[in-house]
Amino acid sequence: MSTAVAVVLLLAVVAYAVFGGADFGAGFWDLTAGGPQRGERPRGVIEHSIGPVWEANHVWLIFIFVILWTSFPGAYASITLTLFVPLTIAALGIVLRGASFAFRKAVVGMRYRRAFGAAFAVSSVLVPYCMGAIAGGIASGRVPAGGQAGDPVQSWINPTSVLGGVLAVAAAAYLAAVYLVWDARRLDEEMAEYFRRRAVAAAAGVGVIGLVGIFVLAGDASYLFDGLTSRALPLVILSALCGLGALVLLVRNAPRGARLLAVIAVASVVVGWGVAQWPYLLPESLTFSAAAAPAGTLAAVLVVVLLAGAIVVPGFVLLFVLHQKGLLPEEGVDDRPAVERG
Amino acid sequence: MTATLSALTAIVLVNPVPWARAQMAFTLAFHIILVPLGVSWAFMTLIANYRGLRHQDRAALVLAQRWSKFMAVTFAVGAVTGTVLTFEFGLLWPRFMGQWGEAFGIPFAFEGLFFFTEAIFIAIYIFGWRRLRPWAHFWTGVPIVLAGIFGSISVVAANAWMNAPSGFVLDSDGRVIEVDPIQVIFNDSMPLQAAHMLIAAYLVGGFLVASVYAAGMLRGRRDRYHYLGFVIAFSVGAVATPIQIGVGDLLARWVYSNQPVKFAAIELVPTTSSDVPETLLGHLNEDGTVSGGIPIPGLASWLSDPSTGRATVVQGLDTVPPDQRPTVRQTDIVHLCWDIMVGLGTLLFLLSVWYAVSWIFRRRMPRSKWFLRAAAASGVLAVITMEAGWVVTEVGRQPWIVYGHMKVEDAVTANTGVWITFFAVVVLYALVGTTTILVLRGMSRRFRTAEDFVDHDTPYGPSQPEVPAGAEEVIG
Repeated sequence: MSTAVAVVLLLAVVAYAVFGGADFGAGFWDLTAGGPQRGERPRGVIEHSIGPVWEANHVWLIFIFVILWTSFPGAYASITLTLFVPLTIAALGIVLRGASFAFRKAVVGMRYRRAFGAAFAVSSVLVPYCMGAIAGGIASGRVPAGGQAGDPVQSWINPTSVLGGVLAVAAAAYLAAVYLVWDARRLDEEMAEYFRRRAVAAAAGVGVIGLVGIFVLAGDASYLFDGLTSRALPLVILSALCGLGALVLLVRNAPRGARLLAVIAVASVVVGWGVAQWPYLLPESLTFSAAAAPAGTLAAVLVVVLLAGAIVVPGFVLLFVLHQKGLLPEEGVDDRPAVERG
Repeated sequence: MTATLSALTAIVLVNPVPWARAQMAFTLAFHIILVPLGVSWAFMTLIANYRGLRHQDRAALVLAQRWSKFMAVTFAVGAVTGTVLTFEFGLLWPRFMGQWGEAFGIPFAFEGLFFFTEAIFIAIYIFGWRRLRPWAHFWTGVPIVLAGIFGSISVVAANAWMNAPSGFVLDSDGRVIEVDPIQVIFNDSMPLQAAHMLIAAYLVGGFLVASVYAAGMLRGRRDRYHYLGFVIAFSVGAVATPIQIGVGDLLARWVYSNQPVKFAAIELVPTTSSDVPETLLGHLNEDGTVSGGIPIPGLASWLSDPSTGRATVVQGLDTVPPDQRPTVRQTDIVHLCWDIMVGLGTLLFLLSVWYAVSWIFRRRMPRSKWFLRAAAASGVLAVITMEAGWVVTEVGRQPWIVYGHMKVEDAVTANTGVWITFFAVVVLYALVGTTTILVLRGMSRRFRTAEDFVDHDTPYGPSQPEVPAGAEEVIG
């Protein structure tokens, strides 16, 4: 049963990377969109794109935490004790990001919009970096088992964590750009082209980071590296092929397909990470089965997952369908003067 | 260099217990203000929405639409402050989560489910005003109400478990080896605690929203829009209040039977006795005597169990060793907050009676300026009442984090830098709180100055409902 819960945990991480990652990545493009005049149109597309779904994506993270603390409580204690600093920064960043995004939509006046916009954009980069660094600290075996604190600094400032952080920011930016191309096509052809160029650049960036990453992991996280080059190798290859395929489609400006390939590319890397460090939750010190909570708890978590399939998934699909059909157009508060509106 | 280092260490090595406690208390106190809005505002919005559709009442529709937009802001802030709480469970109380997560954590899995549902349908409802068919749109709001109810019940189930831990088996080392999830969720304290918080959410949400419109009416905005905003919200609060008093009474008696030490702190009872007075205000001294305050003879005994009346024996604080009961200071806090909760709750009840009497005998809401003044204050009073009640249950449980099983000091993080995060959190939350209020005010000002309903402003877009006669005056 602990295996089933581990799979659910991994799927939640994938969902957070794919859905939440794109939200964070949109913040990256917001940050780099330039001054208020130059950046107005791309920011408009970004806001339109993540408007209706942004709160929903917080839930994946909460889900990850909940699964960890119910099903693998000892490991959760170790992680939070060791990685106190990056987790704290991520938590504060999430407050700043979520609140300032909502506020930016609600206030008028360029000065305030810029202040909230900046807070939103900076925290959008900071949070995925911290998440990636946390993943790197865990994957490279720097979190000890037994509810103990590891090194409070080196556990997240180390080669694998830096790689994880940079990769998370880049992958988020990449996903966001690919999504934004698709969203912009319905609104503004010129913006579609704008994000297409950025998606290509981001794809190249992620590819380079991935190549560098191979050497980093070989030196710094040998268990993970061995896993990635053996049992997780098919997933790594799948990711590389999908990434290349998406890149080709983006360069050719193909109407469809790039989005799906990009999602598979990112998702298979995350799954690959999980497969590579299997059977360990904390590599080489704590396995999933040793960390698992009593059967009653695991059963309750799996029941919740089934209920989520019955309640949340249909709702989520409804939200996406309505959003894609353009039936959820209203955003924030309309602040144009009445004359212009009429 | 060494001197600097040791000075630095001295600064950094601060006992984390009081800071972790302060940070948890602060973030929860902040979050709990947003909870009632998240739970009950959707319900009030749907009342307005229903009225608008059923009776072709355009002012009600506009009210529902604006409320949903305010709700978007408060829900967003509530979502992020709630996410922070999930971080804090681990960051501040890792040993609590490490040892008890497999039991305590279960209700949160369900809460996550309901929160997810709530977030999804809030997004659909808020953004769906213009393009969805009116009644279909109305129905997308119903899951928000249900998810809010079940979500808050789930969270309170976890808190209730800390008061009445059950549903697990320990081995000889004190490790949890078996868990019964049903017993964990439906623990002994859960039904009454969940009911008390759920009704509090409707009570506080109702008075809080109503108080804004009462203030507007006092400034002369006596249009239908303000009238509806007030009546819908205040009625919800006024209905919730008497029910809340009944549930609160049952819960107090549950505490009397099951957490006698907490009850002793509430009633300021140093030693076990019968004919215990209900002491209003007053405080406990280090030597275990009570001074100050106004004692009402025998009332605490009588309230604890009316069937035995003043002969009811109330267990005193000194029946357990000092390290297993709240400190003198904590006892004073619990007792004071209890008085505040009961006192303000009674005031809100009287205000509700005034409102109800006017409706029953005059078929309208009270017109007195004093009523509106009191109603304008009711929102803040209701929030204080709820905060006080929450302090009673949390501080009254001290020194336990898991009643009878684990103390707070054994649960806290080993991280000595918590005082830094405490200040960071306070600064950030102060900013977020201030901005939330400013943004909400700015939105309402903008709504007010919007000169007229133009197509763009009308819910459900072009297929707008009939405009009732006189609706133009509504737009205040």
